[in-house]
Amino acid sequence: MTAVVDRPGRLATIPRGHYRFRSVIRSEWTKMWSVRSTSLTLLGVAVVTIVLSIVGSATTHWSTMSASARAAFDPTSQSLQGVIYSQLVIGVLGALLITSEHATGTIRISLAAAPSRGKVIAAKALVFAVVAAVVGEILSFAAFFAGQALLRSPAPHATLGQPEVLRAVAGSGILLMVLGLLALGLGTIIRHTAGTITAYVIVLLVVPLAVAALPQATGNAIDKYLPAHMADTMASTLGISDHPQFSAAIGLLVLAGYTAVALGVGAALLRHRDV
Amino acid sequence: MIEVQQLTKRYGDRLAVDDLNFAVRPGVVTGFLGPNGSGKSTTMRMIMGLDAPTSGQALINGSTYDKLRWPLREVGALLEAKAIHPSRSAFNHLWMLAQTNDIPRARVTEVLDLVGLHDVAHRRAGKFSLGMGQRLGIAAVLLGNPAVMLFDEPINGLDPEGIRWVRTLLQGLAADGRTVLVSSHMMSEMALTAQDLIVIGRGKLISAGPTSEFIRQNSEQSVRASTPTPGPLRTALVAAGANVAEDSDDTLRITGVTAAFVGDTAAERHITLHELSTQLASLEEAFMGLTADSIEYRGITTDPITQEAGQR
Repeated sequence: MTAVVDRPGRLATIPRGHYRFRSVIRSEWTKMWSVRSTSLTLLGVAVVTIVLSIVGSATTHWSTMSASARAAFDPTSQSLQGVIYSQLVIGVLGALLITSEHATGTIRISLAAAPSRGKVIAAKALVFAVVAAVVGEILSFAAFFAGQALLRSPAPHATLGQPEVLRAVAGSGILLMVLGLLALGLGTIIRHTAGTITAYVIVLLVVPLAVAALPQATGNAIDKYLPAHMADTMASTLGISDHPQFSAAIGLLVLAGYTAVALGVGAALLRHRDV
Repeated sequence: MIEVQQLTKRYGDRLAVDDLNFAVRPGVVTGFLGPNGSGKSTTMRMIMGLDAPTSGQALINGSTYDKLRWPLREVGALLEAKAIHPSRSAFNHLWMLAQTNDIPRARVTEVLDLVGLHDVAHRRAGKFSLGMGQRLGIAAVLLGNPAVMLFDEPINGLDPEGIRWVRTLLQGLAADGRTVLVSSHMMSEMALTAQDLIVIGRGKLISAGPTSEFIRQNSEQSVRASTPTPGPLRTALVAAGANVAEDSDDTLRITGVTAAFVGDTAAERHITLHELSTQLASLEEAFMGLTADSIEYRGITTDPITQEAGQR
């Protein structure tokens, strides 16, 4: 391990201009794809999304279903069941993008290279959003087509041309992205991996259970504000509830609002904290 | 050029850095010396814009860190050797840094060659030893070929050959006209590497100036003289006002006068000298003495001999 050269080169003049947001984006792209956890978690998202869709269709037995079950049967939502669960996995990726920097200390190196902390977190969010949206859309459509192909007649099938179906499939992919960004925002606030993933799971899984335990009127009033509920609404083409809910589009906007708040608070904290 | 002005950092009621003022000039290696916990790393993080000062400021070439146009081309810093994502390769670690400042890909390969990590460039950094981590950290400093460089304890975990390599590298970097600030808790290493010294203890500045000056002021000089007839020499030196102690039967330790004076005195009286030399107290001792009051964490040392003596 002897150094080959003794000198790193003479002093150079500093070029005109200054470092750019687009350069920070390129750096974040390299950062994201140069660690194994990215491909592993995305593989996890893919497996959960597709396998649960296949299982859902393969275990639908129309002939043995009750009349009420047949009436409530939504072939689109059935195929998108996996998306609901892979939300947990994409959250892990969103969280790790920032918490791994705190865990390894690379956050200090990153911020020394690009001291504008707002730019760094914005570049991270942008890169993640693009990747998560592309992966989310591909997987949502793949899950939909796989689910429909494996669903046996006489169970009704859905096609993209039917009302609400395209919205449910495309929307579920976008939802995956928005929830992943929510996890990134939580990670920016909390900084620790385990704490962030715990908070994310509490928001998605534990809070709905707690709300369900409340008196029905109170529960129903709160229910529509829960991210988990918005995901169910998005995947459905029928309208899934007996009490008033946000429509899929409004639900997505509310969820995007939560995400924007989490990212905004995270960015503000990052700007003022010692790292 | 690094300028630290009234820099202060308070954590709760503890002052980690207490009204520090110093300047680091280009062209020489400047040692940043202090016991562990004395505030060196906190000061460096404030220079790098990572920690916000409670008051005061740190300037690099006249501006605060967040105002730098091309941070990596202006300042390079090694703050922690193991600040690497374990599953990222050395190459990608440097490449993602290079991209932020539009540094070409070829430069990444160049600095990896320079620090001797060429063969492991595409290996996961999690498998690196502490020494290899230090080399990767040094590569990151060199990446943008900046004029200002900070190294926090760069020789930790390096073997003797590595330590010599770092010393040569730092001196070469300074000789190019760069500003090089190197922190260490090892006085002896800094005496070899640094031309200027900034010494702190408990966050306070203890001394700042040329290393030679520091050594001259803080180490007691003595003259060692061996002669077959110590008695007459001793008498003559004491008469001239020197302090004389006996090291052994034929060796005297003299303070208060120069070796030349001892030699002249011996010659005048026709006293044979077998040895005449100037002795410096160990620098480590001088440093320990200087910072003794300011050490934050100290182990308790019980000296069995003095304990016994006390019991008698």
